[in-house]
Order: sequence, then structure tokens, then C-alpha cells
Amino acid sequence: MLDLTYDAPKPKVIAGAKSDWELVIGLEVHAQVATAAKLFSGASTRFGAEPNSNVAFVDAGMPGMLPVINEGCVAQAVRTGLGLRAEINLFSAFDRKNYFYPDLPQGYQISQLYHPIVGEGEVIVEMGEGIARRVRIERIHLEQDAGKSIHDMDPHMSFVDLNRTGVALMEIVSRPDIRGPEEAAAYVGKLRQIMRYLGTCDGNMQNGNLRADVNVSVCRPGDYEKYQETQDFSHLGTRCEIKNMNSMRFIQAAIDYEARRQIAIREDGGTIDQETRLYDPDRNETRSMRSKEEAHDYRYFPCPDLLPLEIDQGWVDDIAAGLPELPDQKKARFITDFGLSDYDASVLTAEAENAAYFEEVADGADGKLAANWVINELFGRLKKDDDKGISESPVSPAQLRGIISLITGGDISGKIAKDLFEIVYTEGGDPAEIVTARGMKQVTDTGAIEAAVDQIIADNPAQVEKAKVNPKLAGWFVGQVMKATGGKANPKAVNEIVAKKLGG
Amino acid sequence: MSELTSLTIAEARERLRAGEVTSRELTEACLTAIDAADALNAFVHKTPEIALERADAADARIQAGDAPAMCGIPVGIKDLFCTEKVPSQAASRILEGFRPEYESTVSQNLLDDGAVMLGKLNMDEFAMGSSNETSVYGDAVSPWRRGNDTTPLTPGGSSGGSASAVAADLCLAATGTDTGGSIRQPAAFVGITGLKPTYGRCSRWGIVAFASSLDQAGPMTKSVRDAAIMLGSMAGHDPLDSTSADLAVPDFEAMITGDIRGKKIGIPREYRMDGMPDEIEKLWVAGADMLRDAGAEIVDISLPHTKYALPAYYVIAPAEASSNLARYDGVRFGHRAKLAQGDGITEMYEKTRAEGFGDEVKRRVMIGTYVLSAGFYDAYYNRARKVRTLIKKDFEDVFAAGVDAILTPATPSSAFGLGEMADADPVQMYLNDVFTVTVNLAGLPGISVPAGLDAQGLPLGLQLIGRPWEEGDLLNTAQILEDSAGFLAKPAKWW
Repeated sequence: MLDLTYDAPKPKVIAGAKSDWELVIGLEVHAQVATAAKLFSGASTRFGAEPNSNVAFVDAGMPGMLPVINEGCVAQAVRTGLGLRAEINLFSAFDRKNYFYPDLPQGYQISQLYHPIVGEGEVIVEMGEGIARRVRIERIHLEQDAGKSIHDMDPHMSFVDLNRTGVALMEIVSRPDIRGPEEAAAYVGKLRQIMRYLGTCDGNMQNGNLRADVNVSVCRPGDYEKYQETQDFSHLGTRCEIKNMNSMRFIQAAIDYEARRQIAIREDGGTIDQETRLYDPDRNETRSMRSKEEAHDYRYFPCPDLLPLEIDQGWVDDIAAGLPELPDQKKARFITDFGLSDYDASVLTAEAENAAYFEEVADGADGKLAANWVINELFGRLKKDDDKGISESPVSPAQLRGIISLITGGDISGKIAKDLFEIVYTEGGDPAEIVTARGMKQVTDTGAIEAAVDQIIADNPAQVEKAKVNPKLAGWFVGQVMKATGGKANPKAVNEIVAKKLGG
Repeated sequence: MSELTSLTIAEARERLRAGEVTSRELTEACLTAIDAADALNAFVHKTPEIALERADAADARIQAGDAPAMCGIPVGIKDLFCTEKVPSQAASRILEGFRPEYESTVSQNLLDDGAVMLGKLNMDEFAMGSSNETSVYGDAVSPWRRGNDTTPLTPGGSSGGSASAVAADLCLAATGTDTGGSIRQPAAFVGITGLKPTYGRCSRWGIVAFASSLDQAGPMTKSVRDAAIMLGSMAGHDPLDSTSADLAVPDFEAMITGDIRGKKIGIPREYRMDGMPDEIEKLWVAGADMLRDAGAEIVDISLPHTKYALPAYYVIAPAEASSNLARYDGVRFGHRAKLAQGDGITEMYEKTRAEGFGDEVKRRVMIGTYVLSAGFYDAYYNRARKVRTLIKKDFEDVFAAGVDAILTPATPSSAFGLGEMADADPVQMYLNDVFTVTVNLAGLPGISVPAGLDAQGLPLGLQLIGRPWEEGDLLNTAQILEDSAGFLAKPAKWW
């Protein structure tokens, strides 16, 4: 596997009134598993269905109903683990996390506290060219999502929608390796990218399919290194957990606010209470949700309705064999194989679909030129066109490759190519045929160009005199020639001929 | 009519197949007996329309020659089983008005085989109790009395209604469930056969959960053979229950051969409790003699961790129950308390659960919550699990040494009077399970067989414990006890 080497980014430093502070951040990311059915029932996971229509008896906590594990969800968790280069635990088990809430019909969430399905892994989070944070993954476990309580539909009553109840989530727990708000957002972005490559989570944050609980603490410069040496968490300061964030922007804003809040308290001689907080985006602040003393006692214990989950190494190997190329590998390959810049390779590999599109375009074409055209022309045009995705592109990879080969073949200039692209984008058609049919072919016939240059020179004697004094005015003649030929003249040839004629 | 209701399943099956009686006749006889037995408070929901409809369907099947063993047999179903559109309340107020939209796998299996459901049977609330005194429907009453003494006696619990109904010939057989002895203890108290199968033999799907790792459904019948027949219908792998075993169901009845020669029967010394009544001791010895006379070898064995079984059970079962019963919150079904102005969700939970659960259920939910709490988990729940593993190993060691079955008393005493334990320490009541809980903790099959009467004229039972999945062998040994003990006593009808 191709691996790029990186330097670690500098931790974010916030200057307090009295001293500098560093941030320590760990995330628990909840990713909804992309499957048709729920973790322990056959009910559908489709988003946007009528309230309480995707509910099996077991999801509603009906008496005597029992959970049965959905193998597809297990496979997706294993796939995700493999994608994060993590250890896959062939033995895992489910536990009950007990608490009362109306959107939790069983009165407990089935989760994996003691024996998660995935163990330690890592994610490389790029923070610029050649700079990346290696974030260690502690574990991934499978668990049930809760339903939705709706408090604003009626002044006196609350409503419950159980459609989401029992949908499979992967909780991806990181080590406290993240050192700034931007890194935190980039980490979530990288997880999202990897899971989208793997097809294990659609990453739709708006629908709540990807959410994060963010643990934040602050420490003085040097303390983090002490933690690294000793693995003693006390060097990292007391942390607060900000619950349920579903936007990259809010994650960053919340961390920034929370860090400054903690710094202010610490510099004032106060201590941080370990607590759970909620971020209010309207006021851009975090508020205490419950303190450590009020924390729930979840009374975890092994779920007696489910046998331990034992999977075969062979099954894991089969899943591993079917894994797609992942973003890091793909990016490294794009840089090596196509000679792309780090930036272009990152942009093109952000989404597997884009990368696949690009590879089709670049197949047999100039890689760098293909990258330019995909990134600048196609992406730019799609964005203007109602922010369309690559799958909705009216220009197929073959068409774009056709345009590019017309450029490299010297048939059209870059400028004409842009016009051609617009025609293909709006009207469709084969680029080569369009060029022929509409007479867009570049004139490389030096005789024709020479005649045009002669004509311009003959029509503008005054300009010729000036140009003889100031050679920079040659550009004006080139422009006139291009105009006269409708942009079809080969610019290189025009430059040469103009220079020769004016100079001679 | 009482003649028909006192038939065993095996007898009724022959008469049905011979065309000597119809299921409708059997069913009507049972319905009449049930209506005349309100004093026993065994049936808490009668379903005569369903019964007659199914009886007619069974008769048609029998006539067509397509009649499984249970076809046309009128049975009672413990209220813990969810039965479609029929009240299923686990004898609790909190499930007031609950009529499930589904049928438990076990009752569905019986239904598929043509069995006729007469109604739902009384029990201790959520199967928590040993005397059927915690039911929202009031006490189930044993058909037995101490001679001429009219003091109402307990039929045992938690399957008290099932025990009473079978012993009083209100039905031919009944389903029970057994978490710590809830089939075997009541069976012993009323002089019938009660079988708790190996954990995983019968599906738990659709049975209101008490303690999921211990709960197991089983038959309560008038004979060992009937237990074999009925288990064959109830049992089977169910993909809806992850703990149900993917094993074929053998023909248990065919395994009753009457031959136990060369079988090794263990007598565990730790089951000889201090202060055990002399009668129980004598019955136990007599039982061993019966098996020896039939050619079995009787050996003394040791199950060294037995004394820890009851405390471990009363940690594990409440722990699971505290979680299993969290769903009864008034949000979606069953009872919901009337709320006062300004009450929120917490008040709704508190009031609903305070009103909906009885004292014993509350006690166990609180014990369970406590033993799972942070700081206590290791000291109680985890330690209890370790004890459970040791208890299981005790049995494995004995079986590995060649023992085929273990003979013990079923209960430490005969039935007691209803209300007699009202002022006792709850632990006194828990002691009823002392001989039976080990079997649940180890997941083994156990059967209680009536073996004699005590000086008061009340039934006493013996328990046989078998190897996992070898219910057939266990039933075969139990048949010897039944034949040798020749227990034919019936309660004198007073109701």
C-alpha cells in the first residue's frame, strides 16, 4: 500500500489572560449503519417515513418481544473497522444500558460496553500538504439508536416517533489525540469520507445519520507531552462532553467556546466540573445539561436475550477482500500515477464517485489536464448548476475525455475548449463531431495564419510603427488575429508569425 | 362429565382417534368444570368461543386423519404467554387492558398442533412468587385441603393457576413457565407432573420476560407421558429467539421405554438441608429405592456450590427483571396513572409504576436496580454470575463422571396455607426454590413427579434433574418414579 508521510500539525494554542493554553479533544462519533433493516428487527430504516410506520413489535418494546441480530449490520461494522485499520474482535457481546425515556421503549439501549466488535485502529487526518494528525481509534461498537421525542407540536403533550428506534449505530470512539477545533472537524470529515467510500454510513449529518459527542479539556503547554509519556489522563485537565453535534461548523464553534469557557474558569482559580453540556448554535455557547452527580447510572449488564457474537476470521477475510481502495491509498496513487498535486489529489478523492469519474476521464488522457478540467470546469459548472453532484453531470467522462484529447491533439485551443464544454454540457453530443460540424477546429495552417497577420499589418500601419519601438505591442496583433479567425487560430503559431513579421 | 376432564392427554388422544369422544365434548366438559370452579380462581380469562371454535377445527382434523398428538386436547395457558387478541397481563395491573397483536411461539406451536385453548391461567405477578399470592387477580387456590380443615392452601407459584387447574381437572394440561422453580414447585404442591426443559428448548418469544437467562416454558400435566407429548408440541427452534437452540425435537414419548437398567442416579449430599421435614427425607430415600429396584445404580454425589445458588439466583433474576420490566412505563400500553396538573414525564413513570406493580415486583425491581448500580455491580451481579458458572460446573463434573440424572426433593415442604407467609420475611418465601433454582442457573432440564402424601394428606413431589437436551432420558426415568410411586390421589372436590 502506498503511504504518504506526514508531519504532525501544531496544536491549537489559545492565549488566555495569564498564559497560553492547549486543547485536548476526543470524539465519540455516532454513525448510522447503512442497512435496509434495523439492528435487531426487520423494520425499515428509511428516512422520512410517516411517524411510527417503521416499527416492529420489538422496537416498540412490546411484552415478550426479543431482539435478533441483523448480520448485515455486523458486516458493516466489520467493514468500517477494516477501513480504519482496526482490530476486529471475533468475540463481542451486547450489553444493556438502562435508562428511562419515552423514546426508548425497552427502557434500555442494547450496546456493547464490555466487548466491542472493533478494537484499536487509526485515522490519518490531513491538515494541509504534508501535515496530518494520526488519531487513534479506541473502539467501535454497535448499538441501537433511540427514537425521537417531539416537544413542540402541542403545548401540553409530547409526541414520540419510533421510526429511528433500534436503527443500528456505530459508535466510533477516538483517543484524546485531537488538538484543535479544525482538527476535530477534519477528523469527522475524514471518518465520513472513509465510511462513504466503504458504503457503511451515508454521512448525512443533516438527517442526524452522523453525529458527534465532543470531549474537550484544556491544559498548559507541555502537559500533553507528559500525558503521552505516562498515559496519565490527569495531565489533560478535566473534560466536559458536548453532546449530539451534527454539523462540522457547530463542532468547531462549540469546541472554541468551550475551551475559552474552561480557560476563563481555570485562570480565575476555579476548577472545571466534569459534566455533559449542550451547544446552542443560536447563542454560540455551551450550557450544562447534567453534572457528574446527576449523571445517569446506566446499570450496564450483559443482554440476556442475545448470545455473544462470534464471527469467523474467514468471514472477516472475505469482507476485507471486498474492501474498496480507501481515500489515503487512492490519493497517494493519484499523486504517483497521474502526477497530481497534493491539493488536486485531495479534491478528486474527497468522494469515491468523483475519483471514479476522474479516473475514467484520465484513462488514456493527460492526468494533470484531466484533473484541471474535472476540478475547475466540471465541478465549477456543476456548482453553478444548482450545486449538482457528479452523478447528475450531463457531461460523461467519455465526453470530457473527448474534449481533452481535442486540446492535446492540437485540434482546439483551451479557449475554444471552454466553449465546446459549454455546448456539450447544455446540448450534449460528441465533442469531435461538434467541433467539425461547427467549424471550431483550430487553424494550424501557417499559410492561413500568415495571410491573416499580413492583413492586420496592412490595415494598421500606425500600430506597426509603434510595435517596432515597443515589442510588447505584439500582443495586440495576436489578439486581432485571434479575433479575425474566430479564436480558431493556433495561438502558438500566431505568436511566432506575428513576432517574425513585426521583427522582420 | 368429570370423567372426561380427568383424562390424561394420552388417554384422550386414543379416544379422540377412536372416535369415542370429540374435542367439542372434551372442551365443553372442561368449560363446564371451569365455570364451576371460580372458587379456585385458576382461570382469569375464559375463552369459551375460541375454545369451541378450535375444538371443532380439531375434530375436523381428527376426522380427516391429520391429527398430531395434541390435536383436540383442551389446555390452559399461563397468563405470562402472549395470546393474540386475548388479554395477556402477566397477572399485573400494569398490563391492564393489554391484548397483544401476536401469539407466543409456544402457544402458537400448540395451536398449530390442534390444542384447544380454554383460557388464561392465574399466576404470580410477572411470575414473581412461590404461592400465587402476588397476582392482581387475587390468589389462586389449591384444590387440595388438609383433611377436613377448610383453610385455603396455595397451589404454589408462580404457575399456581396452571397447577390448580390441572389438579382440579379443569383442563387436561396447562403451560407453565419456570424461572426458579415456577413449574416444578406448584406441580409438587398439587400432585401433578411439571417439566422445566433445558434452557433454549422452548422459545421465549412472546412470553412476558421475567429473567431472560433463566425463563423457560414447560408442560404441567397429569402424567409423565403427557409431559413428553406436550413438550414435543411446545418445543422447537425459533429464529425469533436468539437463545433458542437449533436442535431437532426428538419423539420424547418414544423415549419412555420403562428401562433404566444401568442408569446412574446421583443423590447430592448438599440437598440434605438442616431442618428438612422427616417426611421429605423419607420420600427422597423411597424415590432412590424405586429407581434402584428398577435397575439403576444410586450414587452419592456432591454439588459443592449448592448453598450459594439461592443468593446468586436472587441477585441475577431481579437484576434481569429490573431491566426487563423497564418497558412498563405507561407510555405505549397497559396502565397509565392519572396525572395531576404540572406533572411531567418523571411523575408519569413514578405514579404509573407505583400503581401498576405490586409489592413483590417492586421489591425485586429495587433489588435488581441496586445490584446493578455503579459500585455494587462487581460485589453482587458479577459475583453472582461467577457463582452461576461454578454451579453449572458442579453439574457438568457430575455428568462427566457418568451420572445420568440427579434425584432431589422438589420442595422443602408440602403446600402451605394462603396468607400463612404474609408476615414472614420475604426470604422465607424464597426458600421454597432451594431445590429448584440450581437447575435454572445451570440451564438443565428438571421434572417434578408426584411421589406421595404427607401426614396432612398433601402431595409431595420428587425432582429429577437431567443432562442438557436429554429430556427424553429424564422423562424415561421419571416414568419409573411415577409407576413405582403409584400416586393416584386426587383432591376431594369442595369447590
